[in-house]
Amino acid sequence: MASLGIRGVTKRFGALAVLENIDLDVEPGEFIVLVGPSGCGKSTLLAMIAGLETPSAGEIRIGGRVVNDVPPKDRDIAMVFQSYALYPTMTVRQNITFGMESRRVPRAQQDAAVARVAALLQIETLLRRRPAQLSGGQRQRVAMGRALVRDPALFLFDEPLSNLDAKLRIEMRTEIKKLHQRLGKTTVYVTHDQVEAMTLASRIAVMHRGRVQQFDRPRIVYERPANMFVAGFMGAPAMNFLAAEVVIADGRPALVLSEGAKSAPLPVPPVGPGVMLRAGRRVVLGIRPETLADAARPHLEPGSAHAVLDGIVEVVEPTGPETMVVVRLGGREVVARFDPDAAPTVGERVSLGVDLAKACLFDPDSERLI
Amino acid sequence: MADLAVHDPLAGAGTWRRTRARLGVHLALGAFALYYLVPFAVVVLNSFRSLDDIGRHGLLAIPTSFSVAHWATTWNTLCVSGGCAGIAPFFWNSLEMAIPATLISTAFGAVNGYVLSKWRFPGSEALFLLITLGVFMPGQMVLLPWAITLGHLGLSNSIAGLVLIHCVQGLSFTTLFCRNYYINIPDELIRAARIDGAGFWRIFRRIVLPLSPPILIVTVIWQFTGIWNEFLFGVTFSSGTHQPITAALIGLSAAGTSVHQYNVESAAVLIGAAPPLLIYLLGGRYFVRGLTQGAVK
Ligand SMILES: Nc1ncnc2c1ncn2[C@@H]1O[C@H](COP(=O)(O)OP(=O)(O)OP(=O)(O)O)[C@@H](O)[C@H]1O
Ligand SMILES: [Mg+2]
Repeated sequence: MASLGIRGVTKRFGALAVLENIDLDVEPGEFIVLVGPSGCGKSTLLAMIAGLETPSAGEIRIGGRVVNDVPPKDRDIAMVFQSYALYPTMTVRQNITFGMESRRVPRAQQDAAVARVAALLQIETLLRRRPAQLSGGQRQRVAMGRALVRDPALFLFDEPLSNLDAKLRIEMRTEIKKLHQRLGKTTVYVTHDQVEAMTLASRIAVMHRGRVQQFDRPRIVYERPANMFVAGFMGAPAMNFLAAEVVIADGRPALVLSEGAKSAPLPVPPVGPGVMLRAGRRVVLGIRPETLADAARPHLEPGSAHAVLDGIVEVVEPTGPETMVVVRLGGREVVARFDPDAAPTVGERVSLGVDLAKACLFDPDSERLI
Repeated sequence: MADLAVHDPLAGAGTWRRTRARLGVHLALGAFALYYLVPFAVVVLNSFRSLDDIGRHGLLAIPTSFSVAHWATTWNTLCVSGGCAGIAPFFWNSLEMAIPATLISTAFGAVNGYVLSKWRFPGSEALFLLITLGVFMPGQMVLLPWAITLGHLGLSNSIAGLVLIHCVQGLSFTTLFCRNYYINIPDELIRAARIDGAGFWRIFRRIVLPLSPPILIVTVIWQFTGIWNEFLFGVTFSSGTHQPITAALIGLSAAGTSVHQYNVESAAVLIGAAPPLLIYLLGGRYFVRGLTQGAVK
């Protein structure tokens, strides 16, 4: 186990700055997930940790040692690639032992390591096959095996599950989590799937436009997203954003929605320490679909900050366990969650109960959480 | 099935039209093939006819005599290029030239292609363009530079000199072939191997070379055929007993002084053409396959 430190790392390809001033501190044994949309620089950051790319500026430490000038093979890392990158002309066994062979590990030790990993991943029967003779899931396991056999200080995964079908992806996700719980290795895991990020991470780094937008525990990232990008990216369906204005009602700040949707002033959601909301300030109210639900449903505890909004149903999307309903509130469409049993029909007028204790306020200009 | 029984007059007409079209194509192709093969057949037949037969009935005639003796004469005692030891020494010269030149130029092409596709460096694309420029450079343009170079190296009129020329001249093609094939090997494979602790040569030996047989077969066939058949460098930079077979055959036709021994000369030409022909017959299948195949399926 080792810590990983990334200080002020910047990467440019010619004039194009792909990563700017990245700072991440990873404790030994942590499972860090880098998540973000395509092209935000996740793979590039991982490649720099691996030593496959050189940072244009900044410093990378593994286990306290600066590794900027250390070649990949001397960084004590193992990596699983998105395409698996299995050596096509070698058998599964040779794929797994290639690294040990390069490092001149004695034969007996190699055999023991292969046996251990094959048992761990249940690929004993595949050892003599070539990658072309394996299914997608089996290839994925072999790619994991090649990394696990190393017993490295740091595991790096670049979208290891994105080539699997949905069911297998969820199975392997659980297995990766189990493996991490068992081995406790420091891990950096890249994905653009926010569910994978939420389920696996001890901490999530949400990346966008070459910057880390937020680096925190999954729950915090979900409940207190640092800005509107993070709020919109994490969670599906995405968070609803409604423009609002602060008013003073009964001597306390409250919110009125800017676009139509007549309602009594709404209670103010939790804001950061020391924030004073003045009357007239424009804000963006962020409400997750699951906190915006059928007003008849008992999801609102009595006494909590809640409100009721009325709207017209536009689209009904059953997903099985729940039904997502697109409702027009004044000028805005929002997504709310209904029980399949209580789902409304298109055109119906519905009352939505909002749990404002779980809502977020953003500044419309900086897009940051207030 | 029911719809098989339904008579479709249009379908019938279509079949006839298609058959006619195909017949036309086959006839045209057959005519071209004949046109191409007749000279070859004439040479083959003449190599077994007696001089008397050829003299009486002409070059284009049904043989009235048959003997393999002219082949032995050609191989052992034919007088050509200042000696009378037959075509054999020149055949060996050609092999001595073509085999090392093919292997060396292919090996260099593979390593060049590997570097230019998997270990790029600033300027490597420009370098690749410069190397491929050689593909379009006519041989006569480099005759003078080579004459000077061979003179400096003391390799004039030697097989070693020709090997050197063909190695260098062949690099453009072999590099182009290999680089364009290796570019299809996923970079992640190389990255994975680097993390596995493999260096430049180990990756080449264990990952890239095992994926290479299709393109190496193409390159070897291409190079061997090209080098064996080449005669401009052979005629220019060698003479006497150091000539490759193509250059010696030129000497044969240019002899001019004595009466042409058509049967023996035909055999000589066939011996000169045999190795590339043999290679094509054995490896042509792989040649076509290798040109159309990617590195990783
Ligand atoms: N060698 C390179 N030269 C130039 N630009 C590059 C290079 N490698 C990556 N980039 C650019 O850097 C940006 C980030 O690429 P990167 O592969 O890190 O994205 P990513 O977050 O992993 O995306 P994805 O989810 O699609 O894998 C992209 O805009 C890409 O075009
Ligand atoms: Mg990527």
